Amino acid sequence: MPGLMGRATLIIKAKFSKFLDRSENPNETLDYSYEEQLRQLQNVKRGVADVTTAKKRLELQYTSMQQQVEKLDGQARAALGAGKEDLAREALTRKTAVQAQLDGIMQQGQQLEAQQAKLVEGQKTLQTKVEAFRTQKEVIKAQYSAAEAQVRIGEAATGIGEQMADVGLAIQRAKDKTDQMQARASAIDELTASGALEDFTGGGDDIDKQLAQISQGTQVDDELAKLKAEIGSGSAEPPKEIPAGGEESAK
Amino acid sequence: MIVRLMGEGQYRVDDTLLARLNELDAEVARAVESSDERALWSGLQALADTVRADGEKLADDDLSPSDAIIPPEDLSLEEAKELLSGEGLIPDLPVTS
Repeated sequence: MPGLMGRATLIIKAKFSKFLDRSENPNETLDYSYEEQLRQLQNVKRGVADVTTAKKRLELQYTSMQQQVEKLDGQARAALGAGKEDLAREALTRKTAVQAQLDGIMQQGQQLEAQQAKLVEGQKTLQTKVEAFRTQKEVIKAQYSAAEAQVRIGEAATGIGEQMADVGLAIQRAKDKTDQMQARASAIDELTASGALEDFTGGGDDIDKQLAQISQGTQVDDELAKLKAEIGSGSAEPPKEIPAGGEESAK
Repeated sequence: MIVRLMGEGQYRVDDTLLARLNELDAEVARAVESSDERALWSGLQALADTVRADGEKLADDDLSPSDAIIPPEDLSLEEAKELLSGEGLIPDLPVTS
């Protein structure tokens, strides 16, 4: 888009709307324009409500992921209590992976929260502007000549159209974000269900993946040690080292 | 002149600010061309901060159209490219140049 100075620009130059200029009767244009604004305001309200609903759905999904984390933690404890260290390690590995994804989603959720707050503000502003238009249109009808009225209607309608477009874009962006988060959360649900979580350590390159695995491994080792200590201190027997191939050595 | 910060509202700023806004705008456009998302965000933030610092917020019931519209500060690189390519970020707004 050639910009303000005829070069590439991100600042958008707004121009007066021309779509109302041809009407013969300003009063009709005013009433029609107002009806149209009310209709679009309803669309905006629906859009904002949709985003709110989608956000609530996501919150339910966080809760279920949180429960998944707790469940895996419980499984790890149980496995270790039964002396099955391999199983405990597997459960903790999954737990760490789900936790990492959950943290990512929570962060996105905070951004969404901020977007949503602005959205509600934008909707309020739009409503105020539409109400102001209703008052102004009566003034314009009563006080201005047809030619002057045309100019004023054009300006006011453009001002409102701009606010409408602004909120419309904000709704679209918030929707895209909830869709993205939804897809991410569903992917984790599926992976936890299918047990394919080992491959789900992130979308980075090989080195990233290896690093993630190393840090995840350390975290799992730490947690395993912590669990051992907890369980050990709770029982009469002193904590003992379980060899990795525990079952084989028992043969 | 009146400037809209998208997602936030309209401000009345002094016309002399236009030169500064154009400078920042050029920086932002360069950031998009070199696919530098961090520079894009800091540029957009600088634009918005300049308007907020020097501008006076318009009342909600003011129906004035804006002379310039600045995209949201968290615009993605992809969205910015769309904006530059002329397909436009805001389909319903009567904009041209």
